Amino acid sequence: MKPPQFDYVAPASVPEAVAVLAERGPHSRVLAGGQSLLIELRYRTARPALVVDVNRIPGLSDITVDDGSVHVGALVRHAQLERARFDDPLAGLFRQVAPYVAHPPVRARGTFAGSLAWAHPASEWCALAMALDAGIELDGPSGPRRVPAASWFRGPFATACLPEELVTGVRLPRPPAGAVAAFAEHRRTHGSFALAAALVMLRVSEGRVDWVRVGLANAADVPLRAVEAERLITGEPPQPDLLAQAAARAAAEADPPDEPHAPAAYRRHALATLVRRCLTRAVETAGAP
Amino acid sequence: MNVQLTVNGGTHRLDVEPRTSLADALRDRLGLTGTTLGCEHGVCGSCTVLVDGTAVRSCLVLAVQAGGADIRTVEGLAGEDGPHPLQEAFAAEHALQCGFCTPGFLMLLAGALAEEPDLDHDERRLNEILASNLCRCTGYAGIRRAAARAAAALRGDGAAAVHEPEGGSAS
Ligand SMILES: Cc1cc2nc3c(=O)[nH]c(=O)nc-3n(C[C@H](O)[C@H](O)[C@H](O)COP(=O)(O)OP(=O)(O)OC[C@H]3O[C@@H](n4cnc5c(N)ncnc54)[C@H](O)[C@@H]3O)c2cc1C
Ligand code: FES
Ligand code: FES
Repeated sequence: MKPPQFDYVAPASVPEAVAVLAERGPHSRVLAGGQSLLIELRYRTARPALVVDVNRIPGLSDITVDDGSVHVGALVRHAQLERARFDDPLAGLFRQVAPYVAHPPVRARGTFAGSLAWAHPASEWCALAMALDAGIELDGPSGPRRVPAASWFRGPFATACLPEELVTGVRLPRPPAGAVAAFAEHRRTHGSFALAAALVMLRVSEGRVDWVRVGLANAADVPLRAVEAERLITGEPPQPDLLAQAAARAAAEADPPDEPHAPAAYRRHALATLVRRCLTRAVETAGAP
Repeated sequence: MNVQLTVNGGTHRLDVEPRTSLADALRDRLGLTGTTLGCEHGVCGSCTVLVDGTAVRSCLVLAVQAGGADIRTVEGLAGEDGPHPLQEAFAAEHALQCGFCTPGFLMLLAGALAEEPDLDHDERRLNEILASNLCRCTGYAGIRRAAARAAAALRGDGAAAVHEPEGGSAS
């Protein structure tokens, strides 16, 4: 289907965008990469009276690194993260995960922040944001605010973003120096969304895991952080038995819905395998026993 | 809404509805029907064009967003002195059958080879790029060979020695 009719504005600044949204927010949609919104318009699951294109706003396309955090502007494309070269373990994680998000022509336009705003339960970036305690930065009629990932995701395609608000960027706390990353995904075809995916970042110090994060995609109707699995490993030597136990725990924390191609039990099994692979690979990378 | 589109070097002023995709503007308003539409959902890649040098899905860009950008379609690929090396390579390697997907693959590769001239030396990366688009006819082996042949030609390597797996290809 062709999209329904809508009006279009391309504000030149964040305040201009905020002013437009303050007036027409409930009847409008923000357009970032358009790699999901244009499809929703065609399915007519989105029927906004107004599309607010933020691509002409300068200053939203940068990845900036400071002492404590990495900031990803609202217009940073998947492809930029695929090439991330800044000096932090997060760059390595971005480079590992990005190739699993769609394919190169979609990655050229789609944005990291747009993925978080769209909140597809299978989104790799949403799982990453959840695992690493990202803060989603918004601007709107009542001024800027920041929402932690833990209270951002409200369900499939549902977030804490108000219709009058604009995501301006995402702030990720920097993992401790020496942390390593691993990512694994199971999908039906090369171009498919994840049937399930797992992401691990950890640090091994003096033979013990002293910091670990485990994120899961498509493991529930929102992205998950497997906190119990993390607790099981923290402070322990990363022995294979323990890693397998932690993987099983992560899968137990998941709450996958039944789907025709993936009954809940199957997806739990897949998640346990993916988490174990990530933990094992991360520990190998960290050079531990 | 008015928009000025620069397509293959020529400028066109158009009055379009905001909901018009770049693909529809190219096909229905400018008559550039080389850009084909398969799925209109970003999946098949038959609509791939270059926007400022980068291969993108023209079904997932609004025409009004493309004002001021340098847009290249398959119609702009051939030069004065004949087909583009990619087009010659596709013909030589039997990289098309029905041809519906071909404009998309040509533009996908035009963008990729401009960015990574040695793309054919990295089999994984080449496969990853080619997996962006769908071809229901060829089985991709010919397209892969054509990509390697064109890459060599564009680098000026002369006649490309393309390695054939044991048993050759189906074509
Ligand atoms: C063929 C194909 C395969 C794909 N495969 C994957 C995949 O494997 N994994 C994956 O995660 N994604 C996948 N995607 C989706 C892709 O990653 C999108 O880029 C992403 O979901 C949305 O980002 P966007 O910038 O394109 O957002 P848009 O499409 O522009 O917007 C999506 C939604 O978010 C809202 N929004 C966007 N930006 C903002 C903002 N700054 N402030 C407020 N609201 C905002 C919009 O209003 C809209 O509701 C795929 C897409 C395609 C076409
Ligand atoms: S028509 Fe654009 S990707 Fe299929
Ligand atoms: S040649 Fe027919 S789809 Fe590719």
